[in-house]
Amino acid sequence: MRPIKTLQKLYDEESQVVITEKGSPPRVLFSGENFLQEDLPVGTRVIFPRPPMAGVPNVKAAIRWAINHPENMEPLHALMRPGMKLTCVIDDISVPLPPMVTPDVRQTILEVVLELAADSGVDDIHLVIANALHRRMTEAEMRRMVGEKIHNAYYPDRYYNHDAEDPDGIVEMERTLHNEVVALNRRVAESDLVVYVNVNFVPMNGGHKSMGTGVTNYASLRAHHNPKTIRDSDSYMEPKTSALYKSNSRIGTVIDKNLKVFHIETTLNNRMFGAPLEFLGKKEEDYTEADRLRLQALLFGLKHAPRAAARKIFNAVPAPYEVTGVFAGATEPVHAKTLEMSWKQYSVPVEGQSDIVIFPIPFISPYSVNSILNPLLLQVMGLGYFFNLNRGVPLVKKGGVLILLHPAFDEFDPVQHPSYIEFFNRLLPETRDSMKLEHKYEREFAENPSYVHLYRKGNAYHGVHPFYMWYWGENGRQHVGKVIVAGAENNHVPELLGWDRTDTLTEAIEEARGFMGRSATISLLRIAPTLLADVKL
Amino acid sequence: MPAKAAFYDVDGTLVRTNIVHVYAYYAMNRGSLLGTAGRSLVTAASLPLFGALDVINRKVFNEFFYRYYEGLTEDRLLTVAEDMFEDVLKPALYEQSKDLIAEARRAGCRIVLVTGALDFTMRPLARYLGADELIANKMQFVGGHATGKVIPPIIEGANKANAIRDYCAREGLSLAHCHGYSDSASDYAMLAIVGRPTAVNPDMRLRQLARAYNWPILDLK
Repeated sequence: MRPIKTLQKLYDEESQVVITEKGSPPRVLFSGENFLQEDLPVGTRVIFPRPPMAGVPNVKAAIRWAINHPENMEPLHALMRPGMKLTCVIDDISVPLPPMVTPDVRQTILEVVLELAADSGVDDIHLVIANALHRRMTEAEMRRMVGEKIHNAYYPDRYYNHDAEDPDGIVEMERTLHNEVVALNRRVAESDLVVYVNVNFVPMNGGHKSMGTGVTNYASLRAHHNPKTIRDSDSYMEPKTSALYKSNSRIGTVIDKNLKVFHIETTLNNRMFGAPLEFLGKKEEDYTEADRLRLQALLFGLKHAPRAAARKIFNAVPAPYEVTGVFAGATEPVHAKTLEMSWKQYSVPVEGQSDIVIFPIPFISPYSVNSILNPLLLQVMGLGYFFNLNRGVPLVKKGGVLILLHPAFDEFDPVQHPSYIEFFNRLLPETRDSMKLEHKYEREFAENPSYVHLYRKGNAYHGVHPFYMWYWGENGRQHVGKVIVAGAENNHVPELLGWDRTDTLTEAIEEARGFMGRSATISLLRIAPTLLADVKL
Repeated sequence: MPAKAAFYDVDGTLVRTNIVHVYAYYAMNRGSLLGTAGRSLVTAASLPLFGALDVINRKVFNEFFYRYYEGLTEDRLLTVAEDMFEDVLKPALYEQSKDLIAEARRAGCRIVLVTGALDFTMRPLARYLGADELIANKMQFVGGHATGKVIPPIIEGANKANAIRDYCAREGLSLAHCHGYSDSASDYAMLAIVGRPTAVNPDMRLRQLARAYNWPILDLK
């Protein structure tokens, strides 16, 4: 008969939760552009992503079916008429991460929609990227996203980035009952029909957020991109507990009242790694001999490659995500279906919180595609996104310790993140208080003509964006007792962020145990690929 | 928010030209055929010298350069300034200069041009850009003729910074909230005294300084 321990192990593997035992293999963990192989203390709870769900066999057919059988709206072909003004609004490069192999699902959707529009005699079509205050996508990135044919036909006059600072390009609608500004891109607002082309990567995306944040301006974003709303959100990923989501819904409701918006939302599985890196998505217990060899080769290569080279290589490897669902029609019913599918892929049930939680931080974030994960983005990954990968109950206990694995290098990209540099070097030494930062400096950065110019004409994030990144971590900052960054290569970055540092994970765990007590419980979120801890108390 | 201004260097920052072009225009519009030919030849012959002086010392360059205006009448200079703006400066304006100024105005800044060029040559440009103030060098005139001397202090280098400081004190503006824009490391002082300096199409030295101080770098087209 099998010993109980083995049976327990089998059970845990099936539930995506593995409790570390004496003979457990070391874990392969992201740490920026590198991997660490770490032995974890016995009893550590390792939470793995679910295996990738099966994709739909024919994406185009799924899209056609969805737009012909939409939720609470007429089929798309019935909404089109000759001579109308049609605008397709498209999610930007911040999703999915890493960018997916071509054809991107946005291209596939547009191919179907534009063909239908041509058949319906619709000629006045614009394609607008919903980049909000994110950087403008470069021409090469835009080409890759929609494919050669669409790009050549529409770029640059009819396929372009939204410009939140164009004085003539924004229209204000009536305010919400909470006095939130509802502002929209003029072309979008003056269209007879808007088709929103979405890629849902985490439950925070999509729904009313698509239009409410994607094609608006600073005045409108201020309504919810502020420390108070963030503090009032128990999780960004669970609509029921998110003040952010509620504010977006109020804004989106005004938009839906004034505009005909046809949403096409898509969900992806979490097949983040293709061959030969596919093993990174597996549990270490399931590695084959070939996987172990590949891992050693990878570790050897990364050890000898300069960081910039490793970064370039990682950024050049797209993810072979597959589309698991396509939903179309009115905002809310469509998004409800998207969320359901999203949770099916990402949610991992977990019993109870932990005193110490370990987050390995990978090389990429929504705001560092083809760029550098700078210290502020490291902060937002740890305390913003990863901390919030739950349904309202964080994985770490109140007052507990977060351990982040990352070199925390002091590197910024002056092209993409110019205002981040000033925020980090000038403001953080003065204060880390979000309320104070918002009150004293936010408007100054938002209106700085140089940053406005770099956002409009270059490929820079808006001047105010580093503030949003800081606010995004507010929820985590208020909750945890201590943050330790293990493997930080300098002292000053962790210090400016208000964190402790150690050279190794083992030292970090020792320090965390010193803070929380010897019997402290430990969890590791074995991310990436994406997963959300569905914590039951 | 305290009152603030955005200070712009002109040559190389807002327009892709420098005062040599401006002078060349004057030379070519001397009035008589012989005069035009003579001055054009002298100017052409002096261009390498101008170039070398500009690199070595902007102050010496300016002083040397202004002497070439000696003897020209004031009314003639003013008339030619208008034509020169249309023919030389306006086409040389970076396409994005007006946007940059519009963005500063939206942010509540007063617009001030700070240039080592002569005031009468820059006035039409200041008017065109809607600038609130022009800080530029003033030519001395005696009996309606230019003497070739500039009324001190010559606006360049550290004096640009002094002029900006005086302007802010006079107008009650907060230097810490003011913006400065220049393309040249010779304007380092001007950039360093404002709270929000920006390098625009910077030369190599200014680019290095901007990187060292984490100043934003703009590339206007």
